[in-house]
Amino acid sequence: MTASAPARDASEAKQLSFSDRSPVAKSYRRFLGRSMLLMFTLVIIGAYLLPLLYMVTTAFQQPGQSTTPGAPVWPAVPQTAEFEGNPYPVYTVPMPDGASRQLILIEPGRESSVFVDPTDPTATPIEWQGRWRTLTQAWTFAPLVDNFTTAWNQLNFPRLLRNTFGIALLSTIGAVLSSILVAYGFARFRFPGRNALFVILIATIILPFQVTLLPQYVMFTWLGWNGTWLPLIIPHCFANAYNVFLLRQYFMSIPRELDEAAMIDGAGPFRVLRSIIVPQSVAAIVAVSLFHFFFAWNDFFVPLLYLASKPELQPVSIAIQQYNALYATQPTLIQAAALMTMAVPIAVFLLAQRAFMRGVVVTGVEK
Amino acid sequence: MSASIEELPTRQLPARPARVLRPSVREALWGYVYIGPWLVGLVVFTAGPMLVSLLMSFTDFNLVHPETTTFVGLDNYVRMWNDPTIWASLIATFKFALIAIPVTMLASLAFAMLLTHPRLPAKGPLRALVYMPIMIPLVASTLVWIGSPNTETGWLNQILGAVGLPQPDWINSETWIYPALSIIGLWAIGNFMLINIAGLQAVPTELYEAARMDGAGAWTSFRRITIPLMSPVLFYNLVIVLIGTFQYFTQAYTMTNGRGDPNNATLFINLVLFREGFVFNHMGYAAAIAWLLFVIVLALTLVLFRVARSRVYYAGGDR
Repeated sequence: MTASAPARDASEAKQLSFSDRSPVAKSYRRFLGRSMLLMFTLVIIGAYLLPLLYMVTTAFQQPGQSTTPGAPVWPAVPQTAEFEGNPYPVYTVPMPDGASRQLILIEPGRESSVFVDPTDPTATPIEWQGRWRTLTQAWTFAPLVDNFTTAWNQLNFPRLLRNTFGIALLSTIGAVLSSILVAYGFARFRFPGRNALFVILIATIILPFQVTLLPQYVMFTWLGWNGTWLPLIIPHCFANAYNVFLLRQYFMSIPRELDEAAMIDGAGPFRVLRSIIVPQSVAAIVAVSLFHFFFAWNDFFVPLLYLASKPELQPVSIAIQQYNALYATQPTLIQAAALMTMAVPIAVFLLAQRAFMRGVVVTGVEK
Repeated sequence: MSASIEELPTRQLPARPARVLRPSVREALWGYVYIGPWLVGLVVFTAGPMLVSLLMSFTDFNLVHPETTTFVGLDNYVRMWNDPTIWASLIATFKFALIAIPVTMLASLAFAMLLTHPRLPAKGPLRALVYMPIMIPLVASTLVWIGSPNTETGWLNQILGAVGLPQPDWINSETWIYPALSIIGLWAIGNFMLINIAGLQAVPTELYEAARMDGAGAWTSFRRITIPLMSPVLFYNLVIVLIGTFQYFTQAYTMTNGRGDPNNATLFINLVLFREGFVFNHMGYAAAIAWLLFVIVLALTLVLFRVARSRVYYAGGDR
């Protein structure tokens, strides 16, 4: 496709009697190149997101459709039509003249069967020679919303959403507020050991969480926090390396003159943070908050440890894993539940997408 | 990002006359106050537990009968050495790492290059689309795959069959499970892609223009400009991916409900740790496994840093 593009483009240009270098031919060529690149990208992204399509179609299917031979990919039921008050199946029948028609099978037979034209039921029934079992059945589009309501009720989704929101929101607030304070400390104050401490902070990124996991578990159990939300929230309220790093980079790009002007007006360090640094860093703070929110929304390991036996406090990630273990033979219910699980984070992301992507890129590597 | 760590200004406090020392002391105190939350967290949730888990690994501690804990010396480590499950899980983890790490690195770089192409319109929405699946809970994205494990009616195999490719038994085969998990992992490359995009945007376009003037093709400018200038970013991603691979848990746990099927091929080291510590309540042994994991990750990271010293190019010069 790419190879033929310049040639076609050139011949087009000749036909229109433009020279190759004329501005019109050039902009036409550029347009063609751009749209081809866009098409290519869309195809790649389409393939990348294809499993989503599978989730959606499965979630709307009748139970058992995916394992029925000859069933289409989209949610459908075998088509039936009424003939003389009774429902009969509809088949795609190849006719002797080469065309194929959708007919109602009223009298199946071994070597020949009797069909009726659904558009004209009063006409003489058609006697078709051949084995009806070799025919393909016609399917009608029939999305089943029941999967969602069933999964919603079985999982007690309102409770799950409340729990997940509660955990994610509280831990995000704790993580972001503490990270802002710590990032401000590293960005704006000189104190002995600052660089060494910052290196230690960054080094905690490569620390596998398992190495602190068991004593933390014992500690939380002895404190009586096992089976509560506290182990999922409290450890996040002491800043973490990613957030501090990103915020510090951002804070350092804010001119110090602004702080100094505020200090001359009598502002203390906290006042500077509140009225200079934070308002200037909204994009970065939004990005960090969303990062943490998504993390907390999807976190699985820690809730599994502390809430496995407390269904009334569980977030959605644990619940759908257990649901899957229970209903593994019903992919329609599982996919409906999975779709509902991801609806909230995706909605939040789409709403905040602009601010988020901007914040991420500015807090990115370079600054 | 690691570039910036290395480039931290090493600011020496200048010797100042005694009378101006007071504001600097005050500044230092405020600094400690603000980083206080992290310092407390470091002691209570990181350094303290690390030390305790090291001590724990030399005992037979368990949570049900903590009073019977005795010091067992190196027993846990000896047991680990003789435990075939540990060896199997290490092999599984390494096998998976060998496939998943290159796949993640290449896919995130390829998407980043495509989505920073100067002639590509609508970059923002397209980037958002590629980033989006990271929001899909890992449990849910794994369920897409196990929703239909059948080799004939599974959605992926139907597509593969339609274009005439072989149809492996993705999740019941000891071999194909690793590529399958790597493909599931593709839905989580969003962050790496964004970091790569930020890195690519920082490469000066004049370099590419100059290379084109000198007659360099796309591959040469990729090899000679993109890769060297992106090397700190790629290095950062590599370290993070490596650590993530050794902590791999959720997808494997969801797929097999923690059993490690097929034939222990997905019984990754972290699953063994979870089982020993929280299912069998062998906390001392689990602590020893945690430290094994830590030592492996640390060693690999140090090797990477060692290699990076000669391979990673820092625009700021050597330091």
